[in-house]
Amino acid sequence: MKIGVVTFPGTLDDRDAARAVRIAGAEVVPLWHADENLRKVDAVVLPGGFSYGDYLRCGAIAAQAPITRAIVDAAKGGLPVLGICNGFQVLVEAHLLPGGLIRNEHQHFICRDQRLRVENVDTAWTNAYQLNEEITIPLKNAEGGYIASAEDLKRLEGEGLVAFRYLEGNPNGSMNDIAGLRNERGNVVGLMPHPEHAVEPGFGPDGGAAMRSGLDGLKIFESVIKSVVEA
Amino acid sequence: MPKIIVEVMPKADLLDPQGKAVANALHRKGYGKIQNVRIGKRIEIHLNEAPTDEDLQGAAEIAESFLSNGVIEDVVNIHVED
Repeated sequence: MKIGVVTFPGTLDDRDAARAVRIAGAEVVPLWHADENLRKVDAVVLPGGFSYGDYLRCGAIAAQAPITRAIVDAAKGGLPVLGICNGFQVLVEAHLLPGGLIRNEHQHFICRDQRLRVENVDTAWTNAYQLNEEITIPLKNAEGGYIASAEDLKRLEGEGLVAFRYLEGNPNGSMNDIAGLRNERGNVVGLMPHPEHAVEPGFGPDGGAAMRSGLDGLKIFESVIKSVVEA
Repeated sequence: MPKIIVEVMPKADLLDPQGKAVANALHRKGYGKIQNVRIGKRIEIHLNEAPTDEDLQGAAEIAESFLSNGVIEDVVNIHVED
């Protein structure tokens, strides 16, 4: 089981994403933005950060990178792809998911442990959760306000394509409290909060058991391993 | 050098945080008459020779597909300058 973790110039969370993949039990394959070859990976993670300095629009230039064109083609063929934070912005700019992400409504960068509800578990990246399971993982961004046309929003809600929704307060003005989406096929998932920062005791959000004990992000990575093994 | 100028603005009904911050700063400086400020982008595409109709059509395509994101922005103007 090999999971590719992409590094663009300006990516920050590739190390943490790789660590999460290893902790979940898969092998990490580093993928570089200029690569055109996915090196036979079974799934891909687009991590967070500020690819290409957020020039033009967040994720816009990364969406045109050689590795991203290869990922888009493979995703259309069913390859599981997860976009976290800036990775979600890349997926939206690459048109693998609809809508856009704009500056937080309150204009401030936000960093906090965020409560979410998992609203769709029929995807490659969420199948290890229970439907409507409530989880806490870190959220840290300045441009996390999700917007979409009225038509797209209606379709997302009607077809059950909202994968994660913010609970206990909307942190950034996202429409319908949307924190993450899936595509129709369920192989592509994008979310603003960071599951890779909640996978290891001592380093996650504060949990019920002890400080920093929250591991709610791990099931994202366990889900994809399960989906690939069962496929 | 001839250039194609592409101007992109955030959609009118969306919050423009940059514009809002600048308007607030101008109010603090005493420019009370200013109602609102909105900030967009001017993108210059430089060419070696005067653009053909085909070049302009190409510019319109990249303006819509790459230089702007139709969900959050509008291309408000494309023109040629010397």
